[in-house]
Amino acid sequence: MYAFEIERPTTIADAVAALGAEDAQALSGGQTLIPTLKQRLAAPSKLVSLTAIPELKGICTADDGALCIGAATPHAEVAAGATAYPALAALAGQIGDPAVRSRGTIGGSLANNDPSACYPAAALGSGAAIVTDKRQIAADDYFQGMFETALDEGEIIVEVRFPVPEKAAYLKFEQPASRFALVGVFVAKYADGVRVAVTGASEEGVFRWSEAEAALGADFSAGALEGLSVSADGMIGDLHGTPDYRAHLVKVLTGRAVDAAG
Amino acid sequence: MPKDHGIGASQKRREDVRFLTGRGRYTDDINLAGQAYACFVRSQVAHGKLNGVDTAAAAAMPGVLRVFTGADFEGVGGLPCGWQVTDRNGQPMQEPGHPVLAQGKVRHVGDPVAVVVAETFEQARDAAEAVEADIDELPAVIDMKAALADGAPKVHDDLSSNLCYDWGFVEDNRAAVDEAIKNAHHVTTLELVNNRLVPNAMEPRVAVGDYNPATEDSTLYTTSQNPHVIRLLMGAFVLGIPEHKLRVVAPDVGGGFGSKIFHYAEEAFCTFAAKQLKRPVKWTCQRSESFITDAHGRDHVTKIELALDAEGHFQAIRTETYANMGAYLSTFAPSVPTWLHGTLMAGNYKTPLIYVNVKAVFTNTVPVDAYRGAGRPEATFQLERVIDKAAREMGIDPVEIRRRNFITEFPYATPVAVEYDTGDYNATLDKLLEIADVAGFDKRREESAKRGKLRGLGVNCYIEACGIAPSQLVGQLGARAGLYESATVRVNATGGLVVMTGSHSHGQGHETSFAQVVADMIGIDENMVEIVHGDTANTPMGMGTYGSRSLAVGGSAMVRATEKIIAKAKKIAAHLMEASPDDIELKDGQFTVAGTDKSVAWGDVTLAAYVPHNYPLEEIEPGLEETAFYDPNNFTYPAGAYACEVEVDPGTGKVTIESFAAADDFGNIVNPMIVDGQVHGGLGQGIGQALLEGAAYDESGQLLSGSFMDYAMPRAGDLPSFKVDHSCQTPCTHNPLGVKGCGEAGAIGSPPAVVNAVVDALQRAGHTNVTHIDMPLTPSRVWAAMQG
Repeated sequence: MYAFEIERPTTIADAVAALGAEDAQALSGGQTLIPTLKQRLAAPSKLVSLTAIPELKGICTADDGALCIGAATPHAEVAAGATAYPALAALAGQIGDPAVRSRGTIGGSLANNDPSACYPAAALGSGAAIVTDKRQIAADDYFQGMFETALDEGEIIVEVRFPVPEKAAYLKFEQPASRFALVGVFVAKYADGVRVAVTGASEEGVFRWSEAEAALGADFSAGALEGLSVSADGMIGDLHGTPDYRAHLVKVLTGRAVDAAG
Repeated sequence: MPKDHGIGASQKRREDVRFLTGRGRYTDDINLAGQAYACFVRSQVAHGKLNGVDTAAAAAMPGVLRVFTGADFEGVGGLPCGWQVTDRNGQPMQEPGHPVLAQGKVRHVGDPVAVVVAETFEQARDAAEAVEADIDELPAVIDMKAALADGAPKVHDDLSSNLCYDWGFVEDNRAAVDEAIKNAHHVTTLELVNNRLVPNAMEPRVAVGDYNPATEDSTLYTTSQNPHVIRLLMGAFVLGIPEHKLRVVAPDVGGGFGSKIFHYAEEAFCTFAAKQLKRPVKWTCQRSESFITDAHGRDHVTKIELALDAEGHFQAIRTETYANMGAYLSTFAPSVPTWLHGTLMAGNYKTPLIYVNVKAVFTNTVPVDAYRGAGRPEATFQLERVIDKAAREMGIDPVEIRRRNFITEFPYATPVAVEYDTGDYNATLDKLLEIADVAGFDKRREESAKRGKLRGLGVNCYIEACGIAPSQLVGQLGARAGLYESATVRVNATGGLVVMTGSHSHGQGHETSFAQVVADMIGIDENMVEIVHGDTANTPMGMGTYGSRSLAVGGSAMVRATEKIIAKAKKIAAHLMEASPDDIELKDGQFTVAGTDKSVAWGDVTLAAYVPHNYPLEEIEPGLEETAFYDPNNFTYPAGAYACEVEVDPGTGKVTIESFAAADDFGNIVNPMIVDGQVHGGLGQGIGQALLEGAAYDESGQLLSGSFMDYAMPRAGDLPSFKVDHSCQTPCTHNPLGVKGCGEAGAIGSPPAVVNAVVDALQRAGHTNVTHIDMPLTPSRVWAAMQG
């Protein structure tokens, strides 16, 4: 690790101000950033920790019924506390290992937008709203490709608002070494339609499988997916799976997620 | 009633108290006054011409004591190879130099080009980034067959090609084997890869060099399985330090699996630099560094042909293997695909004709050397896979075809130069079928099918040659070392003992099981016996621990030394009781005169030895300390049968191990619980190789699986609760304990069981074209196999 300064503001305003410094970098749970620093693959001059800001923490239900999760809430707290949205709680409880879950945060995961992370599938699959210090961004507009998001420089996620579906489930097929999602599929059924979000598979990061959404909107059963297929074009190919394999898994896991959602 | 002490008792491991409470003392726990820190600058390219190394900027950085490059090691010996293989034409293998730091060329990612030594590790690391190596990248050779093609880039310019050796075994059998295969009723052919593995011991390697200017003594603290071997190799061949001026200490070591046998550049460097700087120099390997510097394991590409008669009797075996040596010859690398592999190609079967051909190849990859099993897993895997395929092709039950070919009479001389002293392969196979409940498989398969899963059963046998080895035999085979073992038993005046062994424990539990043996022989409490190992200053010259040899060879030396102690103690007891030594019996720590009620206690005799007031000084010396060296006259041959049941998810290709049973014949057992643990660990590694682990390089020589994010290690959740049995015992006929060794069996026997089971599952599900899948059997590969 290279030497750096660290600030630990207690208000959003102070955090935004601190992030204005040149080469400053926001630090949430640090489950990606700290290993990167330890390998000397990044050299920020200043880290601004977001985990001492009370406004960024906690889980509550909004007047419209949406589940609101503070950006600096760790996965373990979501797993235990998001009882209003069991599929989301279950997803949080499967991220990494207990150490990762007690440090890693939902805001950190969404800001990083790792193409194999779990939370992007939940946010996109739920049509969540990403609330920042400046604005509210719909999930459909937020994810812009591998490690790319709609966040501006220095913009901080404050909370994530999840509309709670009638039924939902997340199925993760783990990459054998990292245990990240080789492919993960989040399926959610709302009164006005079904959303299917896929992580781990695409070179463009998390995406919606719109054909499946349409088919499941008409008939929410695994059988509705028969006849559909996912193209291997643009799928990730690596040591752990070919593009064909990932495309195949998208369909298999979508069907199983529908079954799991009941 | 299980025994609670002595040989055969499942005593809890005494060393675990310190290991489990954080009180172990590992090499990295050693910090010497005035210690400086080394950081290696390593090649980031697989192959390149090293024009020079600019160290000026680094040398000027804060805290830097000195920056070393290959030029500092001109005139210093290279890292030696401990085994010379002779090729098919009677010529010695091609043996390239292996400089401590690269000179003229870099040959793999991780090859060291410079080392910064500084006051702190952070300073050394900062300065290491300022070292500029001027490297002209050259095309890399990664694939072994491509490396042997005409015009391939040469890893070593001074060699005639990338071929280290072309070995034929037994060369005189070749024509007869060819003829038998040509005329056979049936020939089964299988081409397969034995995947490259990264050892990944829990404790990364560490070296601390120290030099005492007053005495001119050097000391190296290192993570080694064999400190005496390191002292000999480094002292005599690299740094030119006589052994009496060099001490090597390997304290608690957190796992080796073979990777800590070898003499590494970092050990020589720290010892050398400490003398140059007159300060202790410490190097602690980073995990990512260990991926590109620890010797890797396996990496064979093999074609095996098995000829059978109409009844399924094996007629002949012919194999052709390409064995990756990596960029340099690691300490024992040449022996692994040859004498530790070819000699096991008979397996448990009476195949009359066998010919093994091995081409060892240099590539721009990390050196490959012995890894848990070392050659024997490669032999077992190809043999047990081709037998399974043959059984299927001929419509013979896979268990039956093995029984039909078992060796049943001993001693048995194989056509590949070894003689099995004893064994009972039907007994372990019978036991396996019982504990694995093979009879109930069909019912379990139906139950799996109801859940949409494909269940398969894989059964195989294995044999290994352990307890290496008879020194004169291995000398004829090219070893540049003897392979005896040593022990000194020092009895103290008040009756306690210290056993100083040349074996080294790095997870095997020697401190417990060795004490059980000695205590049992004398009839005293185990707590009166202390086992000392790992320091050349206080143990006799020994060859260390690998090849499942510690109890069979080191334990035998300890028995011999203890026998000498008992013989002398009986003379003292005889004197004290005014009887003839021939009439003295030792039982439960009491010496008695046979047929009388006269007795003296163990402690009375040991006290007399050191306070010789009433003592036969004219006949024997005072004191009670004996040393023995034991050189075995044969290998030992543990053998057994394994069964694996898997479920395959047809939707994803994911394999889960539903059950795994192992029936092993290890001869006599000293501590059954420790043996269980050794087998469990071996099975974990074997299943890891079969399902998860694989080191992969890209074409340019970058290690794609260079961290735990991409190199999958087995975890507890990947493994079932094993059914392990070692009640079938045919004691070794030639060592005093009748023991055979158990450390590697699990890793040798389990990979074919897993692959056999997966192929069985797919075959039963109608994928009849799937006859083999290369390890690791990742979901992606299994799914692809199912697609045809």
